[in-house]
Amino acid sequence: MVAKRIIPCLDVLNGKTVKGLNFINLREIGDPVEMGRLYAENGADELVYLDIDASYQGRGAFLSLVRKIAAGVKIPFTVGGGISSVEDASALLDNGADKVSINSSALENPRLIDDLALKYGSQFVVVAIDALESTGVWRVLTKGGRYKTNRELFGWAKEVADRGAGEILFTSVGNDGTHKGYACDPTARLGGMINIPIIASGGAGEMSHFAKVFNDGEADAALAASVFHNGSITIGNLKRYLKDKGINVRVD
Amino acid sequence: MTAIIDYGSGNLFSLGAALERIGERYIITNDDSLILSSDRIILPGVGEASGLINNINKRGIDKILKRSFVPVLGICIGLQLMCTHSDEGDVDCLGFFPVRVKRIKAEKLKIPHMGWNKAVNLKGPLFNGIREGEWFYFVHSFAPEISSETSSVTDYGALISSSLSHGRFYGTQFHPEKSGEAGEMLLRNFINMN
Repeated sequence: MVAKRIIPCLDVLNGKTVKGLNFINLREIGDPVEMGRLYAENGADELVYLDIDASYQGRGAFLSLVRKIAAGVKIPFTVGGGISSVEDASALLDNGADKVSINSSALENPRLIDDLALKYGSQFVVVAIDALESTGVWRVLTKGGRYKTNRELFGWAKEVADRGAGEILFTSVGNDGTHKGYACDPTARLGGMINIPIIASGGAGEMSHFAKVFNDGEADAALAASVFHNGSITIGNLKRYLKDKGINVRVD
Repeated sequence: MTAIIDYGSGNLFSLGAALERIGERYIITNDDSLILSSDRIILPGVGEASGLINNINKRGIDKILKRSFVPVLGICIGLQLMCTHSDEGDVDCLGFFPVRVKRIKAEKLKIPHMGWNKAVNLKGPLFNGIREGEWFYFVHSFAPEISSETSSVTDYGALISSSLSHGRFYGTQFHPEKSGEAGEMLLRNFINMN
């Protein structure tokens, strides 16, 4: 049976992996290709790279980095940040990206999901959704979680799937950065209503959080950044822990 | 030298990069003389069957593949296009494998089948040195039926053919170029066939 996936996420600025909460106090923590290769060797199932600069000037440099990642990393990787047209996505595909992740641009222009899925197949299109719960409503946020939209999480997720997205990357903004665990309830609700894989994101602090989001949240994959970057959890140990808990993961 | 056939299917860069990592020279082409003078051929692929089979026929690649006598490896949709018929778009395909491609029937499971899964009952030279139950990376919604050409199977609700072989024709439903060390080993086995 298909394994639950563990996905490290790397934020990239000026060719370096950076770390910092909400774009504040960013600091460089390493070379994106080298880090990706190490994560892959350690058992990561996929990688996500986010271009957090995504300015027009930085785009060419980022594309050449994508080529280096594709050449050096032996597992699939998704690229996000600054993709607002089929042409943007196509340039990433040509440079070796396996999937693209779109977020704000899908909210501004939902047709982009249809266009990408039609041209390159659903498997190429990840739609990232950032949402925050307030008084019982999960509100979708845009522009890196900075602004509220009028959309509600479950309705938007359904629309995204109907338009042909291959996966949903759901980040609970309220959990993100807390290290107190993933938002399992909305993750499970998404999985129950949509027949495409759900990647859970936001809140990983310890290994039990991953077990919980796979069991209670029924997530197909779990994404995390800081616990992997700061070494508090290694992917090899995490996978052995999950296997001991009876969760189907790719581990020797 | 490996010819990677260029027929409008995506992500050829990753496949080229994987071949480069194992020291194999390659050319991405749809030129018949270049394909016919290569030592081996890979029919790669990400995409939709009916559109891609049109591209193959339009460019005469079906005839080139029939005229060649070197090993051919189909990857993912490339493998499916080498079967007799695909339910995706209800199209007749190249027919190198006497097998039909059907939509995955996985009750309560998500489609596409996406991620790492195990291949078992491994048969044939592609799997030399690869252990039973090795993990490979899959992304697909359709799959070849189980047949006598099946050279490994994978469980996704029901059993599917995760690879086929028939004479000089080979195919994997998974992506060896994205499947870590085991995928590299499989590509190396293909390179070493002749």
